[in-house]
Amino acid sequence: MSGEFNITLADSGACFPCKQDQNVLAAMEKLGRRGIPVGCRGGGCGICRVQVVAGAGYRTQKMSRAQVSEADLAAGICLACKLIPEGDLTLRVLGLFRRDCD
Amino acid sequence: MSFTGVLRPGHCAIRVMEMGPALTHYIERLGMLKTGEDAEGRVYLKGWDEHDAFSIVLREADSPGLDYLGFKVLSNQDLDRLELALREHGCAVERIPAGELKGCGHRVRFQIPTGHTLELYAEKDYVGTLTGNQNPHPWPEGLKGMKVCRFDHCLLYGPNLADTADLFVNVLGFSLSERVVTPDAQMIGAFFTCSNKAHDIAFIEHAEPGKLHHASFLLNTWEEVLNAADLMSMHDIPIDIGPTRHGITRGRTIYFFDPSGNRNEVFCGDYTWYPDREPITWETEQLGRAIFYHDRKLNENFLGVVT
Repeated sequence: MSGEFNITLADSGACFPCKQDQNVLAAMEKLGRRGIPVGCRGGGCGICRVQVVAGAGYRTQKMSRAQVSEADLAAGICLACKLIPEGDLTLRVLGLFRRDCD
Repeated sequence: MSFTGVLRPGHCAIRVMEMGPALTHYIERLGMLKTGEDAEGRVYLKGWDEHDAFSIVLREADSPGLDYLGFKVLSNQDLDRLELALREHGCAVERIPAGELKGCGHRVRFQIPTGHTLELYAEKDYVGTLTGNQNPHPWPEGLKGMKVCRFDHCLLYGPNLADTADLFVNVLGFSLSERVVTPDAQMIGAFFTCSNKAHDIAFIEHAEPGKLHHASFLLNTWEEVLNAADLMSMHDIPIDIGPTRHGITRGRTIYFFDPSGNRNEVFCGDYTWYPDREPITWETEQLGRAIFYHDRKLNENFLGVVT
């Protein structure tokens, strides 16, 4: 398995690599890239909410139930700070602070 | 006796999503001391310079945030008097029996208009500090991480700030030390003290009730704030902003997040409050430097990210 996957943001077409076992938000931040708004980075505040719209698999770590419901999870909605890709992913950014999403 | 009624923020009950990483954060990184746990799995912590049995209570839950914030009052007479005053003010008041929190006397729990749960209590087990009270050394050896002295205050977000201010000043006997006011004279930020500190609790007007902006811990010096920042990078703790200076309260500060996304602050240095002072007023057009004196601009993440 490749150690790195491509994360594409559907709205802007922006693309950045994410290592396996790295969360998507941390991958974006470490490269100095933008597109997904950054909040607490701990799965608590809901600022980095995204929806996986296409991709080859992912897993999530524990997130606040107040921010991501079971129904959200079933719809591919999660927090980018707790999203670990297992293949290339395309994401739609749902988070707050949309003006950060340039 | 010049120091009566409500003494200080005495405990802050915080929800965390996973206890293991939370304990690493609050014990190994902040340097709090574990003083107990209970049958419900709650863990009790205190700063090295705190004399009562605990100031932080961690509870594992499926969402982070604040369960409640407790203030210690000087005596049981004060507790009875304030309980009556709260009931007469129209607050929903509930008595929590002694021992529900291990080592804490009975608590008077009430809801405030911002949607937060607050408590008053008069008694908590006195455990002292590692330096003792007999010819003490200035600090104990062997402390970990940032070596926070104590839990200091919370900033809370919620609606109905004006009613909350009325409650804190006219029922609980706090002073308004600083406020943020819009051009049409609406107060959108309020800082209250029950002591000589610049703030013991603060509020920002916010649509969603009951939110925690941060829980704050005291350090002694600016060098210790820098040291705390170094530890955050060593251990990959998410930093929100800092080290920097607040206009409001003049605190020297850094903000960061616990592993569940609850914001923490470590800070040093404010000013001495006396109750005969006039409050400080900040105009919203100067809010940038009021909050972060060096950046001098609004920081959307700092203003908007809460648990």
